[in-house]
Amino acid sequence: MTVLRTLVIAMIVVLAVNLQVGFFSGLAVNGVVPDIALLVVVAAALSRGAEYAAVLGFVAGLALDLAPPADHTAGRWALALVVTGYLAGMVRQDADRSAFVAVLTVAASAFVGTSLFALSGLVLADPGVTVAGALSVIPTAVLYDVALTPLVLPAVAWTLRRTTPMSARWAAA
Amino acid sequence: MRPRSARRPRRRTVPVLVVLAALTVITLDASLGDDSPVEPLRRAAGEVFGPVQSGMSAAVEPVASIGDFVTTVSRLRDQNADLEARNTELEALLHTSDLDRNRLAELERTQVVASGAGLDVVTAQVVGVGPAQSFSLTVTIDAGTADGIGPDMTVLNGDGLVGRVVRADRTSATVLLLGDAESVVGGRVGSSMELGFLAGDGDLSGSGRLHLTTIDSTVQPAIGDTVVTWGSKDGKPYVAGVPVGHVESLQTSPRDSSTVATVAPFVDFSSLDLVSVVVGEARRTETSALGGAEPNQ
Repeated sequence: MTVLRTLVIAMIVVLAVNLQVGFFSGLAVNGVVPDIALLVVVAAALSRGAEYAAVLGFVAGLALDLAPPADHTAGRWALALVVTGYLAGMVRQDADRSAFVAVLTVAASAFVGTSLFALSGLVLADPGVTVAGALSVIPTAVLYDVALTPLVLPAVAWTLRRTTPMSARWAAA
Repeated sequence: MRPRSARRPRRRTVPVLVVLAALTVITLDASLGDDSPVEPLRRAAGEVFGPVQSGMSAAVEPVASIGDFVTTVSRLRDQNADLEARNTELEALLHTSDLDRNRLAELERTQVVASGAGLDVVTAQVVGVGPAQSFSLTVTIDAGTADGIGPDMTVLNGDGLVGRVVRADRTSATVLLLGDAESVVGGRVGSSMELGFLAGDGDLSGSGRLHLTTIDSTVQPAIGDTVVTWGSKDGKPYVAGVPVGHVESLQTSPRDSSTVATVAPFVDFSSLDLVSVVVGEARRTETSALGGAEPNQ
């Protein structure tokens, strides 16, 4: 069951990363596409908690860092999504039932995630990252992520719920 | 899963560990550059994600081109795609052969035989685009080392220069676009044959411009001048004579008496589809160059 669950979540991550660079590149707003991988991490944070989301954030972030056509310093998305996942997991108790809190969490997470990525670029002196560029990209990304929340969050949460209780029962037995 | 007492201290440990892991990856990759242990991982990720991207791009194509909804026309569509690929290939050759004449004069001067200077190209489709959130302009193409593509190869399309290959896996390759802030191309101003460097401005919306600084600061390019690639040894990373863009405006700085020209690229980076990768400069006659696809080395 654990193997199956890992496989399912791995498939979700692969799908999310590829949707982000493939499918949504045709629907980009000034080059900005929705952060599907970030939404998956937030969904995991809201349904599984901070620790799980931090680990998933590392995996999903590393996938974003390594999968083509990424060419930035590897580990930057991993770091951004670890922190995002952990913080989002902290508000889990409040966001459990309310859709409004879930949307707020997504907005805050998108802001934290994309900002952290931009900041790490500034620290590493990545020539592509400029403050002006970041200021135009981050708000668009936050809005786009919030717009996609009703589609992505329930789907991921449902999949995680379907795979969780079985294994929980298994572990308890 | 675990007893409550055991869970509490772990709650902090795991996030701290993954943060440290991420920082380690960043440090390794940032400090070691091309020798970084992350490179093999990137290649492995490319092997896995490349085909998925190609497959997904093929799967969403019917959605993207909603007009072709009847499955019986799929044969025609395949034919059309083939012809389009062929057309791009030929257009690219046309552009380059046109500018090869300039290069020919250059080569004659240096006594290099260039009578049949053609280009061997491999046509590929753009299947993935780096998001603006990553602050770099890169795309994935669905051809890789299996087709003879390797790092530092010139990528162009029917309009002009697109960029260069930075990394190639078996079935996919990553292309750094001209407009990226890290991209610098040696350029030659068409009318005066003056040399300069074209740097991308890093604009992420796909409507970026290039900044041309001429080596000889006393020469000013004229507005409207076409800029072509200057080329480097063995055509890596850029072959000579590929059209890049035209000079749009000039900014003169009185302080260091230098002029920076803004160049509008011919290629529209927001709507890249089919591109050609120069896999070799065939020192052969026209027919073999038109045959394309066969790597030279």
